[in-house]
Amino acid sequence: MAPIQPPQPERDFGGYAGFEGDGGDGFPRSRKLVRYGVPVAIAGVAAATIGLGTALASTGGSPSLPNITAEQLLDKIATSKVQTVSGSVQVTTDLGLPQGLVGGAMGGATGGAGPFGQHGGGKGGDGSAADPQAKLTELLSGTHTLRVAADGPDRQRVSIVDSTSEYTVVHNGDQMWAYDSASNAVYHQTADKNAKHGPRSHRAEQVPATPQEAVRQALKNVGPSTSVSVDGTAEVAGQQAYQLLIKPKQADSTVDSIRVAVDAANGVPLKFTLTPKGGGAAAVDIGYTKVDFGKPAASTFDFSVPKGAKVTEGKGSGENQGTQDHGGLSGLNVIGKDWSSVAELKSANGQLPSAKGGQSQSVEGLLGSFGHQVKGGFGTGTVINTRLVNVLITDKGAVFAGAVNQDSLVRAADSAAG
Amino acid sequence: MSLAEPLVRTPSPLWTLGLLRSELGTVFRRWRTLVLLGVLAAVPVLVGIAVRLQTHGDHGGGGPAFIAEVTNNGLFLVFTALAVTLPFFLPMAIGVIAGDAIAGEAGAGTLRYLLVAPAGRTRLLLVKYAAVMAFCLVATLVVAASALLVGAVLFPLGDVTLISGVTVSFSDGLLRAAVIAGVVAVSLIGIAALGLFISTLTDSGIAAMASTVGVLISVQIMDGVPQLHAIQPYLFSHYWLSFADLLRTPVMWDGLAKNLEVQALYAAVFGSAAWARFTTRDITA
Repeated sequence: MAPIQPPQPERDFGGYAGFEGDGGDGFPRSRKLVRYGVPVAIAGVAAATIGLGTALASTGGSPSLPNITAEQLLDKIATSKVQTVSGSVQVTTDLGLPQGLVGGAMGGATGGAGPFGQHGGGKGGDGSAADPQAKLTELLSGTHTLRVAADGPDRQRVSIVDSTSEYTVVHNGDQMWAYDSASNAVYHQTADKNAKHGPRSHRAEQVPATPQEAVRQALKNVGPSTSVSVDGTAEVAGQQAYQLLIKPKQADSTVDSIRVAVDAANGVPLKFTLTPKGGGAAAVDIGYTKVDFGKPAASTFDFSVPKGAKVTEGKGSGENQGTQDHGGLSGLNVIGKDWSSVAELKSANGQLPSAKGGQSQSVEGLLGSFGHQVKGGFGTGTVINTRLVNVLITDKGAVFAGAVNQDSLVRAADSAAG
Repeated sequence: MSLAEPLVRTPSPLWTLGLLRSELGTVFRRWRTLVLLGVLAAVPVLVGIAVRLQTHGDHGGGGPAFIAEVTNNGLFLVFTALAVTLPFFLPMAIGVIAGDAIAGEAGAGTLRYLLVAPAGRTRLLLVKYAAVMAFCLVATLVVAASALLVGAVLFPLGDVTLISGVTVSFSDGLLRAAVIAGVVAVSLIGIAALGLFISTLTDSGIAAMASTVGVLISVQIMDGVPQLHAIQPYLFSHYWLSFADLLRTPVMWDGLAKNLEVQALYAAVFGSAAWARFTTRDITA
């Protein structure tokens, strides 16, 4: 059977009708090449557009703004009147925590409620998948998208956006609601009337979810031990911003620098980047990808319990905090100051702290695999290194942790022992 | 045997419609197509019955997306069923139909007779692609309709709690479900174009189907390997689950827009590659 050859000339594509054909049997080679060129050209144009877009995004990022001193910029942040904000925040954390340790710590802190839920979460009343303490621990590793809205100190809404689910915390006055769509569970907490802060400010001290919170914590350390300078400008989420560069002067800090992009118009921190001494990617990077300083609709901060959702009532915020955080530990003591401060935690029963009592054997074994042995005036202990925080656990059960290098940690342990 | 003469006459647009109609008839009258659609329709039934039988509603937030809400609102079975079928079942069905489109005709020896008709190769290819896209839409709608039916029978319907924790009316939820079905159908355009291109490369329908499904599986594996995050945004399946963003308030459009861009890019690149191949090759079968 003779092959059916492509029609010549091809009327379907008139533009090439006049192209010289070789008239032989088979399709003209040159025209074949031209046709195959079309998909290649489309792919090329697409690749170039993507490349150009990335290049533009990185070069177009330094708007020209009037010069400003670091003091003026700090003043701008401090006097910023902006109370309302809504937008998207991207949080990327790369603390270099040992993988198994993160899982263990998260499991311990959340009563078994990993990303895929609370089966086996039998840790009393706090086992709800919608418990904010548990959920926000997830922010400590990887990249997450958050949607935030705030209207003054009393009304905020934060959502952790997952691919097919969402975790929402709504704080309105003395009410705090959390909703986890993956398990259709609700967590409700009423703030203590006597407590000075609402539930959210407790949370904020642990895991900063917005650049503002991160900056507020970082600037607590500003003093003689810190060098602060203005380092150019940047464009963040479509806003023109100054870059504030914060560098610790104390050599034993593991923090190399903190870079904060501050909105030139209203002094709101838009992006917070913490780079550790070891180099590489930022350990913490929190920044708006979209921001709007208009007042969010009042309904944003309303919450009604969805039909069929399981509601867990939280205890008073202060009480809850204590049981969640310190487990079997008692006494928190800070050694050193500013950037080289080391926290000392003493275990109540003189044993290694463990998330679930009675398992300290396995915890010790676990520690050995993540850390290494050190000796000092305090005796012997295990040091666990991460990119930012180093932790020394002595054999006597004391824990020293800080964003300082190992030598400084050992010195702190010595001074505590001696 | 020469085809050059009849092709000089430009066929009327109505002719194209006729060609499309006949092609649609061929595709949807095949037993193979009906069996594929039947299997797709069975998935929501299985999921629905499984959720119904599991009486204690506390299934721990595990399992497929949205499943925790199915017992409260049958409409969520539509979202669960689409989330379950989108990663493999739906694109596999598309791969079978698209891979078969040209290669199947060639394998059965009917391609040369199709080309005898004064349609032109480009037109034939466009009609084939249109038929595959029609199948994308029909397959998605079959899953959604079956899920809605099963959801309505087994579970209560009512106001819909979006994943942001906000409750909207049932009609709003139904509208969102319709838009989501459309988005899911559009999500399959990329693999449809890829399958059509592979189909022009070979004369064996089975080989084309197997290769398309093989590519699908490889891409899905690549999308799951964290170390490959640099290339993942360019994989056709990377933004498939972005349809869930329609269930947030306010709706997040970024992922949906990126999904559309990626699908359009795949359709353009592999559609034109299929055209380049199909219009320049010798048809031997």
